Amino acid sequence: MCLGVPGEIVEISGDDQISRTARVSFDGVTRVVSLAGIPEAVVGDYVIVHAGFALNRLDRDEAARVMELIDALRACPGETRP
Amino acid sequence: MTDRDSPGRPGGFSCPVPLSRHAVVTLAHGGGGTIMKRLVDGFVEAFGGPAPGDRHDGAVLELNGGRIAFTTDSYVIDPIFFPGGDIGSLAVHGTVNDLAVCGARPLWLSAGLILGEGFPLDSLERVVESMADAARRCGVRFVTGDTKVVGHPGCDGIYINTAGIGAVPPGVDVRPANVRPGDGIVVSGDIGRHGMAIMCAREGIGLETDIESDSAPIHGVVGRILESGIPVRCMRDLTRGGLAAALSEIASDSSTDFIIEEPSVPVNGQVRAACELLGFDPLHVANEGRFVTFVPGGMAADLVRLMASFDPESTPACIGTVAGEGTGAVTLRSSLGTRRPMSVLSGEQLPRIC
Amino acid sequence: MKLLEEYRDPATVRLLADAVARIATKPWRLMEVCGGQTHSILENGIDSLLPDAITLVHGPGCPVCVTPARSIDTASGLACRHEAVVCTFGDMLRVPGASTDLMTARSAGGDVRIVYSPMDALGMARSDPSREYVFFAVGFETTVPVTATAVLRARASGTGNFTVLNAHVRVPPALEWILAMPDCAVDGVLAAGHVCAVTGYEEYEPMAARHSTPIVVTGFEPVDILQGILMGISMLEAGEARVENQYARVVCREGNPAAMAMAREVFEHADADWRGLGVIPGGGWAFREGFRSFDAASRFGAVPDCPDPGDGVCMAAKVLTGVLEPTCCPAFGRDCTPGSPLGAPMVSSEGACAAYFIYRGGGR
Repeated sequence: MCLGVPGEIVEISGDDQISRTARVSFDGVTRVVSLAGIPEAVVGDYVIVHAGFALNRLDRDEAARVMELIDALRACPGETRP
Repeated sequence: MTDRDSPGRPGGFSCPVPLSRHAVVTLAHGGGGTIMKRLVDGFVEAFGGPAPGDRHDGAVLELNGGRIAFTTDSYVIDPIFFPGGDIGSLAVHGTVNDLAVCGARPLWLSAGLILGEGFPLDSLERVVESMADAARRCGVRFVTGDTKVVGHPGCDGIYINTAGIGAVPPGVDVRPANVRPGDGIVVSGDIGRHGMAIMCAREGIGLETDIESDSAPIHGVVGRILESGIPVRCMRDLTRGGLAAALSEIASDSSTDFIIEEPSVPVNGQVRAACELLGFDPLHVANEGRFVTFVPGGMAADLVRLMASFDPESTPACIGTVAGEGTGAVTLRSSLGTRRPMSVLSGEQLPRIC
Repeated sequence: MKLLEEYRDPATVRLLADAVARIATKPWRLMEVCGGQTHSILENGIDSLLPDAITLVHGPGCPVCVTPARSIDTASGLACRHEAVVCTFGDMLRVPGASTDLMTARSAGGDVRIVYSPMDALGMARSDPSREYVFFAVGFETTVPVTATAVLRARASGTGNFTVLNAHVRVPPALEWILAMPDCAVDGVLAAGHVCAVTGYEEYEPMAARHSTPIVVTGFEPVDILQGILMGISMLEAGEARVENQYARVVCREGNPAAMAMAREVFEHADADWRGLGVIPGGGWAFREGFRSFDAASRFGAVPDCPDPGDGVCMAAKVLTGVLEPTCCPAFGRDCTPGSPLGAPMVSSEGACAAYFIYRGGGR
């Protein structure tokens, strides 16, 4: 159901929400995807792309928080709940 | 004998649908997987069983006190012009490579062209020039051929068959039966370029990449390896079915088991990204200019160095070892240290949604 | 890929697996709903890193597996009769319908094309107005907004030769159905991360409370899955039953309102036939009245209005609800293999049975 891959928006075009598209780069492979689901996205945002559609933006703060939780676990292996 | 790519309706994908339910040929029969293998095994049976000199990629035959290698292949790829090559150069490289991994010096090729009514003559000219250019660069000659035209809609493009003859030097003997426990398995470079170059160019996929087919002759580096003094047990060029199919065939033919260290298999960054997007496993993606070599374990590092010095832009790597005698099982060890059996698909991979 | 590598780091994976082993005091069964999670678990051998007390069972989150057989027959028929070019995701090509399949249709001369996105199908339709183009729409809420966007763009551009053969389904009613089963043996759930990226997870909260079953919204990489398992086991050990979000870098509680708005503009909830499970009330999506002109079933003659034929001896229902592990099915690896499947979970590589066969060496 769910093959979604993260990539970086390198270009945006389109005037209205439904026709708005972005060229997204996945480590150098690019594809034009629909940005209709994320009207507020801007160049430089990271998004998860599924079937040619950007599902959501990647929240870098939340991503950092996950890694902080893991670092905390590494430091105190007995503390499995934050 | 081997087959190359699937035929040329736009967006042609080959088919892994089960054989047993069909009374007709399906695209699965050309898919390079188990369904095709069963079909080809049937042919071999009908022709009186495997020939004594059969090497899978070609046959090594005795003639007047010497040995020749003889192979044939057919090329039906669509699109005929693709990033990094075309059907013409592919038809030369593929057959030259099959001769090389039999241990032969490639000498002569035949060209059988099947042309579809309506195929543009300027495209035909481009293909033929490409064949001639590739043959020159490989140091081989086209010495005979045949041309047929098929009415539309039987064929609307071009299909090419090339057969090749090469000379096998005395003392050279590369075949799966030579593989031994402890042998190292070396791949000549990063995998999956050809298959992903074709896939990304297909209508309906629309990925923009710099990926080019790795279609190239390998007989130069193979010749250097065979002259180097490094004992070579076996070689196989990777084609459709990818690295996985080649490893599985050799393991089965040699009755040995392999362990492959997945992180050590070289994959180009864009190939990996394209595989992620489409849900492909690079191990099963087609190649056209890569090969695997089996050497005594202690010599694998030397072989990698030799290959890297022959072509500094290549990325040869030792990817695993022959674990022992067995049933032809190939096990993959992941970056997490977990193991799983390597699968052989019944046909070609298809882009997935899930 | 650089955005994924830290979620595949072996040391982090080991750290999380060790943490799970430390805290699990009882046997627990966790269901992972999404076929993509099944794939990742088996491809990476994640279950082998867990203590024996933890069992992972594979739920019905394989869109290819649950698409009704007669929908496949309808799509194949459209192509075979040359009524339309049928555009489909690649993994649908191999799935047997009740009497035929899309690859057979293609072999017989039908124009069946693989697309990565419904937008590609729309693009083909717009560049070839002389022919009808039908997009075979399978998938869960992750994919519904994508199809909806294609339909909205078709309407905006006046594209009259593009329709959708709709087989979209909804996860929460199926999950509710499984958790409500009297013999449900699932203690906790790893919810599908990308579905929740679109829908959010508010509607899972009353489900968790009602069934006293913790639900963790989980991603797909090894670190995600193990962290999701750790969060689920932590709740089970503490006797808690809430929804927690492991995949917070992509998912928030409200989901993606813009995407859901487009989905709801074009589609509405409806009962749906899930292959192997039967009709699940509210388990699918249907075109709203104003968009029926994009419904291929209306344009070409409906999908037959009768129950989907069963798949005979195939035990998909028990597999897809986590009651039966694929390897325990008597046909697994014998009469039923990817080369000769008896039912959909063995054909699609995301199906639980095929995944076990491929990654567990079912043929050996």
